[in-house]
Amino acid sequence: MSTATHDLDRAGQAATGGGAPVPPGERHRGGVGSRIFNGFSHVFLVVWALMVVYPLVWVVMSALKSDSEVIRKPLSLIPEKLHFENFGRAWTEGHLGSFFLNTLLVLAGSVTLTMLLGSMAAYALARFEFRGNRLIYYMFLSGLTLPIYLAAVPLFKGVYNTGVSFPLLGPNKHAMLILVYVAWSLSFTIFFMHSFFRTLPDSIAEAASVDGASHTRTFFSVMLPMAKPGLISIGIFNVLGQWNQWYLPTLLMQSVSGEPKRQVIAQGLIELSVNQGYKSDWSGLFAGVTMAMLPVLIVYIVFQRQVQSGLTAGVGK
Amino acid sequence: MRHGVARFVTGFLALPVALYLFYVVWPFAQAAGYSLTDWGGYSDSQRFVGLDNYVRLFSDELIRKAFWHNVFFLITVPLFTIALALFLAFLLNVGGREDRAGIRGVFGSSLYKVIFFFPQVLSLVVIAVMWQQIYRTDGQGLINGLLIKIGLVDADNPIAFTADPEPFLGVPAVLWWLLLIAVWSGAGFYMVLFSAAMQSIPKDIYEAAILDGAGRFDTFFKVTLPLLRDSISVAWVYLGFIALDMYALVFVMTPSQGGPNHASEIFASVLNFTAFQKGQFGYACAMGVALAIFTILLAAVQLRITRRDRIEY
Repeated sequence: MSTATHDLDRAGQAATGGGAPVPPGERHRGGVGSRIFNGFSHVFLVVWALMVVYPLVWVVMSALKSDSEVIRKPLSLIPEKLHFENFGRAWTEGHLGSFFLNTLLVLAGSVTLTMLLGSMAAYALARFEFRGNRLIYYMFLSGLTLPIYLAAVPLFKGVYNTGVSFPLLGPNKHAMLILVYVAWSLSFTIFFMHSFFRTLPDSIAEAASVDGASHTRTFFSVMLPMAKPGLISIGIFNVLGQWNQWYLPTLLMQSVSGEPKRQVIAQGLIELSVNQGYKSDWSGLFAGVTMAMLPVLIVYIVFQRQVQSGLTAGVGK
Repeated sequence: MRHGVARFVTGFLALPVALYLFYVVWPFAQAAGYSLTDWGGYSDSQRFVGLDNYVRLFSDELIRKAFWHNVFFLITVPLFTIALALFLAFLLNVGGREDRAGIRGVFGSSLYKVIFFFPQVLSLVVIAVMWQQIYRTDGQGLINGLLIKIGLVDADNPIAFTADPEPFLGVPAVLWWLLLIAVWSGAGFYMVLFSAAMQSIPKDIYEAAILDGAGRFDTFFKVTLPLLRDSISVAWVYLGFIALDMYALVFVMTPSQGGPNHASEIFASVLNFTAFQKGQFGYACAMGVALAIFTILLAAVQLRITRRDRIEY
């Protein structure tokens, strides 16, 4: 948190948006009103901050209570005794452990591939003239507006049929989910990187070419390093987006009886919460939610600057 | 210098295009095809029925309900989220004391920003499961528990939240409760977005305004807000997409995923219900195509309305 406190002073100056000098005679304009407004600002900001933080803290604290305490004293924020075993139970019996492993496996493949294929395609489309360039670009772009639900039924069928000839790409397989994630992430990645590659100067690519570098080499050793800020932004965007994906896995990663379960975290959490109806393990559920949200929150707090600018840049473009 | 361009471009595009065609374009194209049949999804028999499915959409009571619920979210989610985000950004950036150096941002504004942004990094599912516990309909829920404790709510008659189909302002209560979650999770993100946009406005514009005697409210409404137009319209478009995609919340939080008694049905939930519970895949595909057309039209209209001359600075 040292960065956060360090930022406070700087933010005070930087975040004004109106840090303009007031003419000497006007210095006291506002005076009391200004102070009241300042107080009001803080009150409201604190209230909203509490509305954001309080439920999160409540979930984490409930995860440390015993099951009976969750029911007896649902509101208390301080557990009578710390029950860390809830986490163990959610990890093993609630299968959180395997959800995590599956998610990491899938994301390791899908994010890497998305970034690689996405920037390759964006580069080819942004910097080379050829027939069909616009067509391919707009084909990728159109994917941004189409609702995923529309494709659900045929997609499921397509995956099922592929699985008959290529078992690794059938339903409930990691490799299949990786490819599906990549395909569905390409639209935005290409859209974003396309505008990025367009802004890079021609002269450097030409210099590399004069030096005898092939197009492929120019891309990997000159252009890609220059696009690093863009890659970081879109990388964060893809990691969060794919980590949070729940509809595609719910559709495609259903395990037929006898098959090993390969659910990812978001899907597993839904199952955990739905199953509460049959076997109530409240503290275990809270522990599961805590484990799903804490890693992301911690990564965010550490890299807050990059994450904030990465995600907002994704919208601003 | 340009030799080998064709080979290079093909090499770079082949794999992404193939993946995209197979997993995205082809399913969409097939859906459009199935929407003209009465295919049930499990059997191999399908009959071409022309536009029958589309005609049926217009007389389907459930679809009509879902349509208006979608419209409700489409208006309220962007409206409330942007209003709150602008308000927070305003407090954050102009709520500080006025002194020699002008109007300051409030003390600790970057800490506030970090906190307000929290929900954005949480997955929709985590948010939904968490709010399910907050919204519990007995004393074990966070809100009911608190309200019962301070005596505002009767323990025998707690707030029903997402199980409440009773209309409030003509819209089922369950939708308002879902809206609250959407606004809760989105406001911080757009606040950060607007704050960044506010800070990129050059200081001399403010100097000029202050020299002309504008106070902080005037400055905000007459200078800052108009200059934020671009960011606000982008936010509006994005929130529109989010509003169409409230399905995760409906799926996790409402009884029988669209209930109670279909009070919270939206397009996506009706589509899934029709395809996977009723086994009418052809009809479900027609809904999907209609939704896609609706979305594209909407995006086009929004881009049209919000487009205006850019102010460069």
